[in-house]
Amino acid sequence: MLLLATALSLGPYPLAPGDLLAFLMAKATGAASPLSGPAEAVILQIRVPRILAATAVGAALAASGAGYQSLFRNPLVSPDILGVSAGAAFGAVVGIFLSLPVLAIEVASFAGGLAAVIIVYTIATAIRGRDTVLVLVLAGVVIGALFGAGVGLLKYLADPYNQLPAITFWLLGSLAAANLRDLTSLLPAVAIGLVLLALLRWRIDVMTLGDEEATALGVNTRSLRIVVIAAATLMTSAAVAVSGIIGWVGLVVPHLARLLIGPAFTRLLPVSVLFGAGYLLAVDTVARTLGSVELPLGVLTAALGTPLFLWLLAFSRRPAWS
Amino acid sequence: MVLTAPRLATEDLSYGYPGHVVGRHISFSIDAGEVLCVLGRNGEGKSTLFRTILGLLPACAGAVRVDGGLTTGWSARRRALTLGYVPQTGGGGFPFTVAELVLMGRTAHRGPFSAPSIADRRAADQAIATMGISHLAQREWVRVSGGERQLALVARALAQEPRILVLDEPTASLDFGNQVRVLDAIRSVAETCGLTVLLSTHHPEQAFACADRVAVLAGGELLQIGPPAQVITSETLRTCYAVEVAVLPVADDRYRVCVPQSYLS
Repeated sequence: MLLLATALSLGPYPLAPGDLLAFLMAKATGAASPLSGPAEAVILQIRVPRILAATAVGAALAASGAGYQSLFRNPLVSPDILGVSAGAAFGAVVGIFLSLPVLAIEVASFAGGLAAVIIVYTIATAIRGRDTVLVLVLAGVVIGALFGAGVGLLKYLADPYNQLPAITFWLLGSLAAANLRDLTSLLPAVAIGLVLLALLRWRIDVMTLGDEEATALGVNTRSLRIVVIAAATLMTSAAVAVSGIIGWVGLVVPHLARLLIGPAFTRLLPVSVLFGAGYLLAVDTVARTLGSVELPLGVLTAALGTPLFLWLLAFSRRPAWS
Repeated sequence: MVLTAPRLATEDLSYGYPGHVVGRHISFSIDAGEVLCVLGRNGEGKSTLFRTILGLLPACAGAVRVDGGLTTGWSARRRALTLGYVPQTGGGGFPFTVAELVLMGRTAHRGPFSAPSIADRRAADQAIATMGISHLAQREWVRVSGGERQLALVARALAQEPRILVLDEPTASLDFGNQVRVLDAIRSVAETCGLTVLLSTHHPEQAFACADRVAVLAGGELLQIGPPAQVITSETLRTCYAVEVAVLPVADDRYRVCVPQSYLS
């Protein structure tokens, strides 16, 4: 809450905490706004959507990461393991390359993310008789690389004055363009994904035992895996479509949460969601206030996430995994 | 005349992997409350047979019946409510507590979205107490010893409240005391709960300690099946393991020990 308030008041148009409080009180009671017209516009049109987007994207990435880490029985898996980020990047880059409007670029990115995961899943189920999880991960790596190559090709062909900077900026991740319309697609997607993961939290724990043991305990591993992948992909694609590629949150946050409160998904999910939302909100607030030029979000999450992760790895006493 | 079907039966069962049949024409049956111990050398396919019975592997040919009904096409949940499985190694690599791990045994007793009920937690606690590991309940699974992990996996299978318990070499990684504890526990749950038990072991002697009957697998077929005193003989052990073993009665033939001949000469 404190973080939310801080994020609301900071920015190129700073607001005093008192003014902000008065404004919120006025809104809550329906009284006339004590703020000037521009100040109110800054809060409602720019800052509120951006803050909500940061919270939702952070929560989505962290929750997807937590789900995947349990599903793939590996604490170092991130939400883009099945190629969702690469697919989304390819979709967005195609959109930018074709000079499509912003909305179309977001739709293309969302579709690209979904398409990549669907291709990966189809390949993995077509190859029978091997460890499904291993085939999924390998197919994800391969398809991800293929989409990555597609992104590379389009960057090479792109107009270096207009399109290439836009592509680069998108790939580094940013919430600068987040607006109310983005929220109407992002928030429902994240809500659906979170509810699915929350409902399945006890089954997701059983999946960490491996397919055979989980089956012997009565879990239909195939359908559970489809639902978890679908939920995570929906959330991640929606998040990436709005924010571009933001790495590290989906990997570091659930890992950190597991170190603190253990692997049980019933605690891991809410803690990951809170940390993910808080972390990305804090980082985004730093990104837009630190310098005169806004810093790319993906760069900051990596710059902050790497030392944090290494510190945890070196000094944590609780094993996250063995 | 009313015929009661055996609790578990295999009919001309062939098992293995696509393109590689490991064992064929296995037919045996186990009654409620009976303990069957399976012997066979390494690679004979004891684990594969168990996984086929559990439905984790499709049968190459033949069938598995529980209480007379074919298990083909059963859902994972129905299987889990009928058959409890203690794998040789299991539990995954995440640091769940022993209590959390045992509670996972209750998965099949509730719907996909529901949280464990008080009854589920009570059943898990009961199973932990039965295995004598209550002091480990809050320890992290990855931090307890191999033997304690095995006890926890047995507790998880008990919490599952199945009609049939399948244990793949349950004593393989245990120290002497824990081996005795696990075998005694298996014997006692079979007697008190009428639980049917199928287990494999590499120690023929253990069959005298806990089994009603012994099945010996050799060359991919069922070599012999019957009471331990009839099956575990020097001849059978020679065929099975290719070593000379003396089977000696002790304590007025209430138990028999298997001693390799090379130790005696």
